[in-house]
Amino acid sequence: MVIDWGLGIENLPILLRGAKITIQFTVVSVFLGSILGLFFALGRMSRIPILKYFCVGYIDFFRGTPLLVQILLIYVGVPHLFGFTMPDNYQYIAGYIALSLNCAAYTAEIFRSGIQSIDPGQMEAARSLGMTQYQAMRYIILPQAFKVVVPPLGNEFIAMLKDSSLLAFIAIEDLLYSGKIIVGRTFQPMPIYLTVALIYLFMTMALSLLVNYTERRLGKSD
Amino acid sequence: MIKVKNLHKSFGRLEVLKGINIHIKEQEVVVVIGASGSGKSTFLRCLNKLEDITSGEIIIDGISLNSDANVNLIRREVGMVFQRFNLFPHMTALENVTLAPQIVRKASKKEALEIGLELMNKVGLADKINEYPRRLSGGQQQRVAIARALAMKPKVMLFDEPTSALDPEMVGEVLAVMRDLAREGMTMVVVTHEMGFAREVGDRLVFIDDGVVAEEGDPVEVFNNPKNPRTQAFLSKIL
Repeated sequence: MVIDWGLGIENLPILLRGAKITIQFTVVSVFLGSILGLFFALGRMSRIPILKYFCVGYIDFFRGTPLLVQILLIYVGVPHLFGFTMPDNYQYIAGYIALSLNCAAYTAEIFRSGIQSIDPGQMEAARSLGMTQYQAMRYIILPQAFKVVVPPLGNEFIAMLKDSSLLAFIAIEDLLYSGKIIVGRTFQPMPIYLTVALIYLFMTMALSLLVNYTERRLGKSD
Repeated sequence: MIKVKNLHKSFGRLEVLKGINIHIKEQEVVVVIGASGSGKSTFLRCLNKLEDITSGEIIIDGISLNSDANVNLIRREVGMVFQRFNLFPHMTALENVTLAPQIVRKASKKEALEIGLELMNKVGLADKINEYPRRLSGGQQQRVAIARALAMKPKVMLFDEPTSALDPEMVGEVLAVMRDLAREGMTMVVVTHEMGFAREVGDRLVFIDDGVVAEEGDPVEVFNNPKNPRTQAFLSKIL
């Protein structure tokens, strides 16, 4: 069979529609995951043992098990456990939840190391001015930690973008899944998957440029 | 103003403070000296509960520090200046000074700004209000740190070796600000190695050795005529 390289270009609209879904899932998951991750990071550093160990357990579980297994646990395992039939489009909900929960575990560790990289003297100075723990975090520690975490958070964003391709496994029409469908129709894996790969590459490179730019801008202000 | 009764502090098994008793009167300037590791910084840090105390009692302005509920109340009345300045690097000098009055004392922005400008002027840095800390010299940073603490209108100021991290030529400008403060009647507890400052500004000299107050008294008296052999040994090394 002759390889038809033109198929990649021909099917670009379909693939780009898939890429849009990929971006959607990545952005939402990183956004929700970061917010959640910040709470897990603070919880992990808490002095309340139950909270602390819950957060440690959560972070270890989601970092120590494959994302695909987590997706299946939530997509298939949870409905089975609670005995409800999957509603239509449940794969989307499961996809968002799985990616966000996974991302939260990674960003929690990023936030924790960012917060712990701030000189303890900053917290002491804030507390000695009468600020509460919350105020010191809000006004002194987190604004400084935020700058530290931008590069690793950017890397997490890029990793998430690539890992979201696992959603194809539960029939979410992301970039990879769209490619698979076209391959099934045309029997031309090489041109299609190569185009898929190039679109992923384009997205990750654009992202890392954005991260570098943000990093430089943040570096200026202090 | 400050009453310390039988203060003990241990880090794990290491007992750093072994029963400190001290009364500090309003407007008094107490200079604390001692060898490194003697517990003088730990003592100071106990006074605004940056360190939890192991046993004993600290009463500041009639409020006991032993209850956790009082900690934030006490801290706003007790200003602290650190060896390493600890300015907030993501804020300008003026923002460093005006933040706490706004969020802790709930002062309006306008009030906080007035206090801030007045204090920056007082420490001689009216022209540096919009600089970020990293653009300031060590001496300037420490003066901003003093202004920051004063902005809370504290009743007591604690100084933890405020000139130890400074280049020699900048020590004078910081001591000058502290001298003015003492002259205005601020109650001060100063841990320092600046014996000239201790002699000139201090109302009382406290020599801490091995976790206890080994000797205290009028600075000139103690310098000229130390009674405790350990004080004699210490002074002979540094004077």
